[in-house]
Parts: sequence; structure tokens; C-alpha cells
Amino acid sequence: MSTENQPGPGISGDDSLDADHEANRRIRRVFFSCALVTVLTTIAIFLVLFDNAASYFFGARISELIAGADLERTVTFGEFFSGTRWAPDHSTPAHGVLPIVWGTLAITIGAGLVSIPIGTATALFLSEYAEDATRNRLKPILEVLAGIPTIVYGYFAVSFVTPVLVGGIASNLINPAGAWLESISHLAPFVLEPAADWMMAQSVGRYSMLAGIIVVGTMTIPMVSSISEDAMQAVPDDLRNGAYALGATKYQVATRIVLPAAVSGIFASYILALSRAIGETMAVTLAAGFNANLTANPFDEIMTMTAYLVSMARGTSAVGTVEYQSLFAVGLLLFLMTLSMNLINDLLKRRFQEEYR
Amino acid sequence: MSTKREELFADVDLSQEKLLNRLFHGLLAAASLFGLVMLALLLLDVLWESSQALLTFDIDIGQFLTGTSSSRAEQAGFGASILASIWLMVLTAVLAFFIAVGCAIYLVEYAPRNRVTRLIEANLANLAGVPSIVYGLLVLALIVNDAGLGSVILAGAIALALLIVPIIIVASIESIRAVPSSVRDGSYAMGATKWQTIRKVVLPQAMPGILTGTILALARAIGETAPLIMVGTLLHATRYPMGPLSDFSAMPTQIYNWTYQADRMFNGLAALGIVVLLVALIALYVLAGYLRRRYETEGGTISNV
Repeated sequence: MSTENQPGPGISGDDSLDADHEANRRIRRVFFSCALVTVLTTIAIFLVLFDNAASYFFGARISELIAGADLERTVTFGEFFSGTRWAPDHSTPAHGVLPIVWGTLAITIGAGLVSIPIGTATALFLSEYAEDATRNRLKPILEVLAGIPTIVYGYFAVSFVTPVLVGGIASNLINPAGAWLESISHLAPFVLEPAADWMMAQSVGRYSMLAGIIVVGTMTIPMVSSISEDAMQAVPDDLRNGAYALGATKYQVATRIVLPAAVSGIFASYILALSRAIGETMAVTLAAGFNANLTANPFDEIMTMTAYLVSMARGTSAVGTVEYQSLFAVGLLLFLMTLSMNLINDLLKRRFQEEYR
Repeated sequence: MSTKREELFADVDLSQEKLLNRLFHGLLAAASLFGLVMLALLLLDVLWESSQALLTFDIDIGQFLTGTSSSRAEQAGFGASILASIWLMVLTAVLAFFIAVGCAIYLVEYAPRNRVTRLIEANLANLAGVPSIVYGLLVLALIVNDAGLGSVILAGAIALALLIVPIIIVASIESIRAVPSSVRDGSYAMGATKWQTIRKVVLPQAMPGILTGTILALARAIGETAPLIMVGTLLHATRYPMGPLSDFSAMPTQIYNWTYQADRMFNGLAALGIVVLLVALIALYVLAGYLRRRYETEGGTISNV
């Protein structure tokens, strides 16, 4: 965008022009350093996370190691990546990160199962079916969902989703279904008996995986619907009209023309929503809890990586303790996970932009 | 005509197609309603819980809005947290605004098309996707502990500023680009230098859009909880913050601590706190909407996503 419209020096023979040019160069440098700050932020995130995470694994920060500190293996990578118990602050500490990575993945996948179908359906409805008036009213309201602070979703989880929704599912759906299974369990006792017992035993405490899935799924719906709808709107009407001319119904146009044509934009919205779910903190912490369980039971309490970070900060862990160092090991892992999602998103977006120009 | 057509297609049975289409339409409409229903439930839940808190516990609203928090629910107020949030927003706005606008001006007006520029732009997209809690970790290590600033408002503001800089940059780039190049050329033709053109022609035209973007970014920052928790906040904001270097608990972190407590009254206070937070949010959105309408020029629309 740079324009070369400035008059060359010496045209007017005025000495003050030189001063003007000098001032312009200085201003340019100021603006460039502003832009550099954003790059430095990324570099600082990398360096700080690596530097502090090193003290978790090697007993000293990278900067201290370079200065000549002794290297001692405090936590091995083997234990970190394959251990199945996570309790760095426990009196008998365990450093297996799997349970909290699983917690994050469970919430992310679950939230994706909520927000991806609902968000895509909403986008199709807004783009292909809704009248303009409906669309103009519905879209901003849905975007409010993305504007509400996540702490409010956390409160919503504690005061409504967990006791009413998840509790209701457990006591009105799962438990009666278990009782019914029990009554017919003579048909196949070895399969149905344990299933019935399990279903009748389910109840919900203060936290549950399912509550986390519901709130995170809800808050990521607008990311999917909004960006997918933009992608669908970008599909040229010629394609739709061509299909109609061949006798296609609206359903066929929506599912076989619009969806495939907008697919890379739609996938980009999925990646964005999942990446947001990975990094989501407050709602997940208040909904899913603080117990690093390696469980697939949606009614159990689990702990995500972000919830671990919050729980440690609550304890005002002092610098140099293993709890403090573990913050950065987990933070680094979290950052790398979202970074790779963002890179994939970037790739998809670039492809999408090139399609219908 | 129609009779002839009916004769022609008499053997074509479309009832199944029609049913399928109607079912699909209904399914999509129902899915769209899900988001609306959840939003309504959320708002009703907060309003219900806060009205219950007002009815059940003897809460003086004036005392709640001005007082400091306490480990005893009966004496807990929200005033110190509101004040801390105001401090945070002012500092965050000052820190983020100049860096973001400077970066946007560089990218639109100065940056040559080269690898460094592409790197800066790609990096912006990446920064916008970094989880907010990671900014908190960065500030915790670098500012709070290594630089020895401690868990103070300024540290929280730095974390929030880093978080919203990419948002303001994107909005600023859009509104600077929306200034027509004919206006710039006119300024150059009058003999103005590049900096004079930017300062006296481009920025005044782009400023409403930039301000709208900044306010929307602040609306994002005011509800951010995780970075502040990582930086370190008081469990209860028992003191009024006196400046950028006091320890604090802002509105969202105080709400978190109240929600986390087992005490029912604290949970009720959290609901009231959320009402205050949402009112502040709505005020920011209204202000942004007013600015946008007041200065709306063709092509100068700003999206907040």
C-alpha cells in the first residue's frame, strides 16, 4: 500500500524539506517498532514458556543452565508423557500429564459434538432458508453468545447446567433407563446387569464433564455458525441456480451444492471453535472441576489443562516450587496445541480465500 | 396448461421429496433455536439468582456497589472490584491503543510487500488465537516475578493489553484502509508530507472506526478472568486499589471467587456481580454502536469478529 507520492528532495529548493524527511523517517521507525512489539510478544511467549518449563524437567531454567547451573533430571519426559496420574503438588507427587490432556481433549471433542452440528445447521438455516428479516435479527443475537464473558458461563454451569440439566439427565433419563434395563436383564444377564447397575449409580456432584461440554459447546456455536455462514454466502448464486435448473430441491442444493462449495471455510470455522475450546478456561474450570480423573464417564469430575493452571494460581504457588514450574510445562503444551490448530486454520483460510475471487 | 402439465408428470411422486425438504427445514430451524434458548436460559438464570439473593439475604445495593469485599458474605461488597476494573480498563486502553494504532498505520501506509510484512501479518492471526491464559502466564513469569513488579493492577493491565492489541489492530487496519486514496492524493498534491497526510487527513477520518474497535476490544477485556488469575489477584478485594501498583481483584476474578465458595450467599453475590459486569458490557456495546452510527461512512463498517 506504500505510495511513492512524495516530492523528491530539492524540488522547491527549501531546506525545511530535509527536516521534514528526517521527521518522516523517524515516524516510520516509531510505527515499525509498534509492529515489532506484536512479533516480540510471540517470541516472548515461546522463550518464557520454554525457559520456565525447562526448570520443571531439568531443575534449572535455560538461562541458568547457560550460566552454568547443574542439570538434574527432575521429571523425565517418559513420566510426563506416559504417566497416568497427575499430582505435582501432592506429598507423593506424580507427573503424568495424560489425565489433564485427556480432560482437555474430552471437553474439546464433546464441545465439538455440540457446536459443530448445531453451528453448521444454524449457518445453513441463516444462509439458505431464513428470510432476510429473520436473519438480520437472529445473527446478532447469536453473536451475543460469543460476547458473554466466559466467567458468566462458569456461573451458569454451577447454578443451572450442572444441577438442573446434567442432574436432570442423570436422575430422569439415565437412572430410569437403568431400572428398565434391570427389569429386562434376565434376557442377557452378563451384559445388561452391569450396564443397569452402572446407569442406576450415576449421579452428579458439583462438577461434571458433561456440564463442561454443554457450556463450551454453547459458547462456540456462534464461531461455527458465523464463519460458516460467511463461507456459504460467498458461494456464487450461479451454482445454486444451476442446480435448481437441473431440478434439484432446496434440500439437495443446501447439502450437495452449498456445503461442498463452502467446505474449506466451514472446516476453518470448526478448527477455530475447537482451538477456542482447548484454550477455554473459566467456564470449563467451574463446570468440569479440579479432579484429574482419567475417565470417559460424562458424569464424573475431570480436570483440563487450563483448570490445572487456575487451580495452581489459586494456591499462590511460590517461585521455584515444582508447582510453579509445572504451570509453564502445562502452559507450553497448551500453547503448542492451540498454535498447531491456528496454523491449520490459517492454511484452510488461505485455500478458502483463493476459491471464489 | 396446468392440466397438461399434470398429465405429463402424473407418474412423478414428489411427496417424499417434499417431506424430506420440510423435515430438513424444521431440523435447521430447531438447531438455530438451540443457541437462542441457551442464551435466554443463561440470562434468566442470572436474573433469577440475583433477585433470589436480594430477597433471601439482606443485601443493601448501595453498600454492595461501593463497599469492599470480605471473607464474610454479610459484609462483602463489589465496589473495590469495580474500581479495580476501571483502573484496569484505563491502563489497558492506554497501553494497547498506541501500539495497536501504530502497528496498523505501519501495515497500511508504510509496510513494503516483503517477507517481514508477511511475517507480521501471519503473526497477528496467530496471536489472536493464543488462549488468554497464556498471556497471563507470560506476564506472571516476565513482569510479576522476573521484573519483580508483583501481582498489581499494572501487571494485569499488561496481560489484558497484549490480549486485545491484535483485535484493535484488525479493526484499525480496516478503518484506515477505508479512507479513500483520493483523499490521500489530494493531501499530497497540496504538498503535505506523508506524516502530515496521515496525521491530518487519514487518522481523523479513520478515528471513529478505530475507537469503535478499541471499545469492542475493551468489552472483551473487561470480562477476561483467566489472565488476571494467573497474574495473581486477591481472594477478596478487601482494599480499594489506590493506583496502578496496588494489589487487586477485578470484577470477573471477584465473581469467580464468589462462585467458587460453597456459601450460598457468596453465590448470590456472584450473580449480582455478574449483573453489574453485564451492565458495564452493555454500556460499552451501546457506546460502540453510537460511535459507529454517528460517524458511519460508506465502506467504513467495522466487524467485531
